[in-house]
Amino acid sequence: MATQHSRSAARIMMAPAVVLLLGWMLVPLTMTLYFSFKRYLPLRGGDLGWTGFDNYVRFVSSSAFWPAVQTTLLIVGGVLVITIALGILLAILLDQPMWGQGIVRILVIAPFFVMPTVSALVWKNMFMDPVNGLFAHLWRFFGAEPISWLSEASLPSIVMIVSWQWLPFATLILLTAIQSLDSEQLEAAEMDGASPLNRFWFIILPHLSRAVTIVLLIQTIFLLSIFAEIFVTTGGAFGTRTLTYLIYQRVLESQNVGLGSAGGVYAIILANIVAIFLMRIVGKNLDA
Amino acid sequence: MARAVTTQRKTLNTILAWAVGLLIFFPILWTILTSFKTEAQAIASPPIFLNFDWTLENYAVVQERSDYMRFLWNSLIIAGGSTVLGIIIAVPAAWSMAFVPSKRTKDILLWMLSTKMLPAVGVLYPIYLICIELGVLDNRAALVVILMLINLPIIVWMLYTYFREIPGEILEAARMDGATLKEELLYILTPMAVPGIASTLLLNFILAWNEAFWTLNLTAVDAAPLTAFIASYSSPEGLFFAKLSAASTMAIAPILILGWFSQKQLVRGLTFGAVK
Repeated sequence: MATQHSRSAARIMMAPAVVLLLGWMLVPLTMTLYFSFKRYLPLRGGDLGWTGFDNYVRFVSSSAFWPAVQTTLLIVGGVLVITIALGILLAILLDQPMWGQGIVRILVIAPFFVMPTVSALVWKNMFMDPVNGLFAHLWRFFGAEPISWLSEASLPSIVMIVSWQWLPFATLILLTAIQSLDSEQLEAAEMDGASPLNRFWFIILPHLSRAVTIVLLIQTIFLLSIFAEIFVTTGGAFGTRTLTYLIYQRVLESQNVGLGSAGGVYAIILANIVAIFLMRIVGKNLDA
Repeated sequence: MARAVTTQRKTLNTILAWAVGLLIFFPILWTILTSFKTEAQAIASPPIFLNFDWTLENYAVVQERSDYMRFLWNSLIIAGGSTVLGIIIAVPAAWSMAFVPSKRTKDILLWMLSTKMLPAVGVLYPIYLICIELGVLDNRAALVVILMLINLPIIVWMLYTYFREIPGEILEAARMDGATLKEELLYILTPMAVPGIASTLLLNFILAWNEAFWTLNLTAVDAAPLTAFIASYSSPEGLFFAKLSAASTMAIAPILILGWFSQKQLVRGLTFGAVK
């Protein structure tokens, strides 16, 4: 049904979206690349000329770089492990027959809809405050000394906040995947005497592998760029400065644009490595 | 699963699932409860769960002191505007990709998706600079455009997956029956496309409402939406739990309600059709 005429009409209909996204991608990207090769300090002299790869070298060799990489890996890795492990268990639980399934589902999904600044502040103050937070009450109730969570155990605290936000996403996607599992297969295995653990290990888990991969990739891309959770809790202090936060500080706080832009290019490359794997899976699905 | 289970097993599942569900929901519940307490009750030790004097005072104070309505209005304009604008631009594109696919359709879709993967911090300064040069830093229109561009790939993708499910044969049948192009669009395509467009609208409104990188970095006073309003509570320490809770409750309540309607679309929208 696609005639020459409808093809050119299709092209015109697609044009605004394509042109806008092309501009959105190319203009800032070109500028970031351009700045990354310059010594550029807007508040201290402005454009001080070309420096070649100096910014790239300095960004990597600064004392803040490796700790930031480590923090990023710990946060992303920690959140991924927690959300996927708990997500699988939760998805299996929610798939069981029970009363009020719809309501439980809503309760579990709710954190995903809470804006990042709210969840970070609520956790920071009402739960993790060393004097008035609920955790402090709980600790004192058991006779323990309350912990100043966000300074003494800053990384685990942030991993916990972010995991709370992303657990619903993992659960929902894994639940959708579990529900597409043929229940006859499970029944057959049960009749043949497979234990629940074996059924989980040999039927459910392999069935989930694709969904797990997708959750892993999508979350990695989003988690690499978490910002608000750190911005309102620790402001990057107490060893919570991620790569994203380091670049933000270089660019906007210390206004060293050249250096920050070089960091930005690293972040873009890193995100693209993850994105390639995700696109491959999504692309395969388009053909099917 | 339509397997027969014992009542005992079902009861056990129910108790366990409700316990976990309530545990996960608890921070939100606690925030809502605290918003109705006085500041003294909010930090009482041991914590008061339900038997406090319910008050609406915090809500009044938050509105009075910080002009909550202005931030709400900004959030509505930025989230609503960017979503509607995105849909207007994405519908024709998704439509043509779904009904007149070419060899390059798949590449274009994947390329659009790749723009979504671009880390925001990598282009923070260029966007910041462009906003300054154009005089639109702390400007609602600028944020409408930026958030539209951020969510455009997701909007196109969601619409595409919905439109692709509309069978082309129906159109042919209508044409055979003598329907004009106008009738075809009005009576056949539009009704079939409306649910998909509505779901896309809903999910993207939520995503734009909660966006907290550009809204924090590109606004100061005039255009600041609720994300920035809440972040401003991070500086003062001490006795403000009840007010923080009231402000938080007001910021998340509309989206929690909308979110519950969009659970199903969430999966489709955020996995780009890879999990259905």
